[in-house]
Amino acid sequence: MENGLNQIVSSDNREFLAFTLGAEEYGIDILRVQEIRGYEPPTRIANVQNFIKGVINLRGLIVPVVDLRLKFSLGQAEYTDLTVVIILNILGRVVGIVVDSVSDVTTLTPEQIKPAPAVSSSLDTDYLLGLGTIDERMLILVDIEKLMSSEEMGLTDTAAYNA
Amino acid sequence: MNDDLSQFYQVFFDEAAELLAEKERLLLGIDIENPSSEELNAIFRAAHSIKGGAATFGFTDISEFTHVLESLLDKIRRGEMPLTAEHVDTFLAAKDVIAMLLGGHHVGSPVDRQQVAEVSQRLNALADENGASAPQPVAAAAAAVPAAEPVPEPVSQPLPAGTMRKIRIELPETSDKDIAGLTTELGFLGTLDVLRQPDGRVAFSLLTDQSLQDVTAVCSFVVDETKLKISESAAGEPAPATEPEPAAVGVAPPSAPTVAPVAQVAAEVDRRVAKRDTPAPASHESSSIRVNIEKVDLLINLVGELVITQAMIAQRGADLDPVHHEALLNNFAQLARNTRDLQESVMSIRMIQMDYVFSRFPRMVRELATKLGKKVDFITQGASTELDKGLIERIIDPLTHLVRNSIDHGIESPEKRRQAGKAEAGRIVLSASHQGGNIVIEVTDDGGGLHRDRILDKARQNGLPVSDSMTDEEVWQLIFMPGFSTAEAITDISGRGVGMDVVRRNIADMGGTVEIRSVFGQGSTIRISVPLTLAILDGMSVKVGEEVYIVPLAYVVESLQPSAGDLKEVAGQGRLIKVRDDYLPLVYLYELFSIEPHFADPTESIVLVLGVDDRKFALLVDTLVGQQQVVVKNLETNFRKVPGISGATILGDGGVSLILDVSALMRGTV
Repeated sequence: MENGLNQIVSSDNREFLAFTLGAEEYGIDILRVQEIRGYEPPTRIANVQNFIKGVINLRGLIVPVVDLRLKFSLGQAEYTDLTVVIILNILGRVVGIVVDSVSDVTTLTPEQIKPAPAVSSSLDTDYLLGLGTIDERMLILVDIEKLMSSEEMGLTDTAAYNA
Repeated sequence: MNDDLSQFYQVFFDEAAELLAEKERLLLGIDIENPSSEELNAIFRAAHSIKGGAATFGFTDISEFTHVLESLLDKIRRGEMPLTAEHVDTFLAAKDVIAMLLGGHHVGSPVDRQQVAEVSQRLNALADENGASAPQPVAAAAAAVPAAEPVPEPVSQPLPAGTMRKIRIELPETSDKDIAGLTTELGFLGTLDVLRQPDGRVAFSLLTDQSLQDVTAVCSFVVDETKLKISESAAGEPAPATEPEPAAVGVAPPSAPTVAPVAQVAAEVDRRVAKRDTPAPASHESSSIRVNIEKVDLLINLVGELVITQAMIAQRGADLDPVHHEALLNNFAQLARNTRDLQESVMSIRMIQMDYVFSRFPRMVRELATKLGKKVDFITQGASTELDKGLIERIIDPLTHLVRNSIDHGIESPEKRRQAGKAEAGRIVLSASHQGGNIVIEVTDDGGGLHRDRILDKARQNGLPVSDSMTDEEVWQLIFMPGFSTAEAITDISGRGVGMDVVRRNIADMGGTVEIRSVFGQGSTIRISVPLTLAILDGMSVKVGEEVYIVPLAYVVESLQPSAGDLKEVAGQGRLIKVRDDYLPLVYLYELFSIEPHFADPTESIVLVLGVDDRKFALLVDTLVGQQQVVVKNLETNFRKVPGISGATILGDGGVSLILDVSALMRGTV
């Protein structure tokens, strides 16, 4: 986390995509986001973790879809017209995450990013870059690359075998 | 390394590899007693092209080495020395050295300089040998005369007949600037005289150790090769009377001596002779292009998308009233046909002839047979059979193993064969053919065949459960067990028993099978069957609950609706189903994948009998949906391996369907 924070602090302003999971608002590095789509039921894969909803056809690519609300037990994992899938490109792999809604893209200056308190949300602080504050809003900034390639997500072969 | 240049490096390396392979093929096929000039020319051409490319990119070690090789080849193709088996062996060794040098430049693989020097020496020795035995008297100091050194009085000095030659070049009308450039260029090659012709054109007389082709190549940068009159006369023969006194290199004499008509005619004749020597341009070069495989794969993906879109359109079309929309429906049918044709043509781009694999065997067979003191006739059949590029590369190792095995274990020594009343030379046939959606490759030898009793003994030693009542097929399958070898002596060729199990696994990974047929004393045939491509698969779509899965059709033996009496539960064994006289293990797909089935009662469902290798099992599904070709997509590209699933595909409605991993289902590893 130290490294992640230093990175942020030492660099200039960064843009984050803000989205909601349950009652909380999160932010991820906009450069990891490939596109945003409405939710369509994916093809279920048997015998995988419940938060892996399945795979979808993204213009010929087979892309796994993860419901972060299920993964972090945040709010009701309901699928409505507003439910959104953020398609991420993480280290050359394409993966979708289901979130309740997407709000906006926010620019944060290094001063606006504070270190995350040890106990904050359902997310392990290892996966947090810090907390971003814009007026009254507070964004939980997630190191999405680290999170998605982590073993507990089980999205890659090595992760699955080690788990 | 400059990026722009490295692009060309890659092309050079690719081309050089092809040329080397071609050279090896020609060398192995050549009739030593009576080599055809066409083949010799082709071998020469290959060496020459590599030399040219290497020189262009500054790989001097390759160009220098190839030059030595080329000089020797040149003498042979000119008939100055007869081709011997020793030559062929040395040329093959030279090919390896060039490949090694190329590897050194390309991927930084280690280069054995000693070997380079050694082979280079052998080549030189062979070239000199000729010099000594050649009918013409040759000055002993010939080789010591540096090629590029200007020879002030060529006529009065004994000349190295083997290396120096006099070349006469008559230019078409050429600008003074080009002439000056050419004068400089040719000056580097040897001693140059410039002759002005009466009609204002220019001719050169060049004393050089370079071949006619090299000189032509230099000229062709400046003037059209076809308009060039170029001829060669043996160095040391008296210069034509019309020739002026040799001038200093690169300096054009102001005087323009006339050329005697006789010399002109002689030059014409020489030109014709030279022309016969000049290789005809290989026609196949212009009929193919080199394309990055990624571009091809992108094309295949896009066509895959098109096929899916077309299927979606067809599905919508099925709902239309055929009376009102006849024309539109006809168009849909046409679109379907065109798309299918397009897909087939695009898939065929990835197809490579089996010759790519087969061509590397003759040499291996030759060397291995020599090493083992055996005589082997190696025959290939169906080399033009095509296979997907991805598969063809994976089949090389298993096939190499099988062919080595055939030579080492299969073919007997010449004495043994004589005693058995067979021809001294054994016969190994490597054949490929298409059968349905599969390619079948067979390695057949007329050797000793498999020894049933010895295999059984060995199996008992290894603690395998065997009995004398096993069928031959079952016994042959034993040699695929890990660590199994019946070879009496372990050689460095085979016999360590780490081969056949790897062969079978490699083939199984490609979705293929291996079969053995063998008759003791008469030989064996190993038959490999692999699907033509991994990108497209004939599938049976099945439905369980609301989910659709694809079962590769190749595994489907039959489907049936079970009756209650055929289903058995055996304690500790799970469910069995009686299919005719066999009891097969029965797997409920809905249980395995936790699906809510439509039919809980098996007698309302459908059972698919699936076969992998020689084993069968039954899979319970709700209904069969249909049979279709699907484009296989890798699940691991963005996700990971999932137990029981071998891949995914996109259905006509744009949804994803998973392809069942039948062998994993059978092994029960799900």
